[in-house]
Amino acid sequence: MARMKFLCDADRCIECNACVTACKNEHEVPWGINRRRVVTINDGKPGERSVSMACMHCTDAPCAAVCPVNCFYTTADGVVLHSKDLCIGCGYCFYACPFGAPQYPKVGNFGSRGKMDKCTYCAGGPEADGSKEEYEKYGANRLAEGKLPLCAEMCSTKSLLAGDGEIIAQIYKERVMKRGYGSGAWGWKTAYRETIES
Amino acid sequence: MASFARFVRLAVGAWALLLLIGAAPVPVSAQQVNPTASSVHEQQLLQELDRIQGRVSIPDQRSSVLVQPQGREWREFHNVTLRWIGGVAIIGMLAVIVIYYLARGMVRLESGRSGRTIVRFNVFERFVHWMTAVCFIILALSGLNITFGRPLLLPLIGLEAFSEWSQWAKYAHNYLSFPFTIGVVLIFLMWIAGNIPNKADVEWARRGGGLIGHDHPPAYRFNAGQKAIYWIVVIGGGLVAASGYVLMFPFYTTGIEGMQIAQIVHAIVAVLFIAVMLAHIYIGTIGMEGAFEAMGSGEVDVNWAREHHSLWLDEEMARTGPNDTQPQPRHAASAAQ
Repeated sequence: MARMKFLCDADRCIECNACVTACKNEHEVPWGINRRRVVTINDGKPGERSVSMACMHCTDAPCAAVCPVNCFYTTADGVVLHSKDLCIGCGYCFYACPFGAPQYPKVGNFGSRGKMDKCTYCAGGPEADGSKEEYEKYGANRLAEGKLPLCAEMCSTKSLLAGDGEIIAQIYKERVMKRGYGSGAWGWKTAYRETIES
Repeated sequence: MASFARFVRLAVGAWALLLLIGAAPVPVSAQQVNPTASSVHEQQLLQELDRIQGRVSIPDQRSSVLVQPQGREWREFHNVTLRWIGGVAIIGMLAVIVIYYLARGMVRLESGRSGRTIVRFNVFERFVHWMTAVCFIILALSGLNITFGRPLLLPLIGLEAFSEWSQWAKYAHNYLSFPFTIGVVLIFLMWIAGNIPNKADVEWARRGGGLIGHDHPPAYRFNAGQKAIYWIVVIGGGLVAASGYVLMFPFYTTGIEGMQIAQIVHAIVAVLFIAVMLAHIYIGTIGMEGAFEAMGSGEVDVNWAREHHSLWLDEEMARTGPNDTQPQPRHAASAAQ
């Protein structure tokens, strides 16, 4: 089985935010929730880089470890998903996540959180693949259709890579070799406890 | 000519070396960098700062934090440290109570019941106590559920039932925090007068508070043990309330790091609070004969008052006069001393 990962080649990202838009559109993500975002480091200074970040689908995911109701599960492809039926909106995964991936719709009084929402790697949720219920809760299930996450698929500079970890790491390595530099696989050390030597 | 060329090369080389040494401490922004090849590096940024933050163009500015690995320490606290602290504190306290009960049994009224009673807590005091107590028990159970429910309760009732119960427990935890906080504030205000430590507490503590042996050290309205409970409720209750509201109103006062710290404070204070309250519940119910009436009917037996709060009883009788409480117990009290 493949081990699905994201890799953002920050040397290619042009901060067009198309991945953010594509994600919102594909999954009809509600207002105020961004499953993916583009963060620009050292904005306006030499060495500026933009990184597109969402849930990294960590190995030994911290969200899953701290969840009081055990609503997370990891698929055979290494994608970290959760059940909105089980989620109680306590916010613990948000405290534990290094990437700020979990998002909460603001429902009810004061700051009370609704069911957590996050990037599904375009793999839906526990409901039947491609079902209406799955789409309403988690968005499209592209993985079940044999497609990769839309954010990476439509990235104009092919900065954002999605797919089997070993293959995208190989693609990134070749790029770094060819152009002679690379700002690294952002988040990999934190998410997968490994990085790509370049 | 060749030697001149060599001299020039040497001079240029020396200058280049000097420039290189001189340029090293100059900040990054002042350097001549190739903006394509030189860039920020994640590991370098993480070493300099404990998190990486940038700029985002979406409205949610909080999402500008790219990586913050501190969640790992919080995870370790929540999944390991907290369970140890909570487990040891609560099971330890239960064990102490059971051993004490088996060894000592209920603390009896040594002089029996006199049949006459004296008002210890009025209706308002009892209402505030029970409002806070009921809230506390529900908050404690729903809070323990968040920490211990997954390993202990979830395997027994299954994912769906556990999630349903936890959802209601979360609502109860959030909403009952308000009457609990009001209760703590009222407790602080209405009993502060009787809970300032004084000399009698030193004597009471020195004589073991009557917990060991059958001693009855004199006490005013609240003995040193009750004063300790009072201050634990006021300070502990204040801390859990404050840290709880930080978690309930995310990003109103603090960011993620602040919420991690708030959760740590909330959880540690709460489990210790629960352990202390177990002892309080024990001594107020099966631990001591005649104690529950103080918060039940609000009236205690005069003999109970004399054994446990002799100085308070003297005060009350001096205030209300012998006609109300009858002089007999007082003579008996002075004869006993």
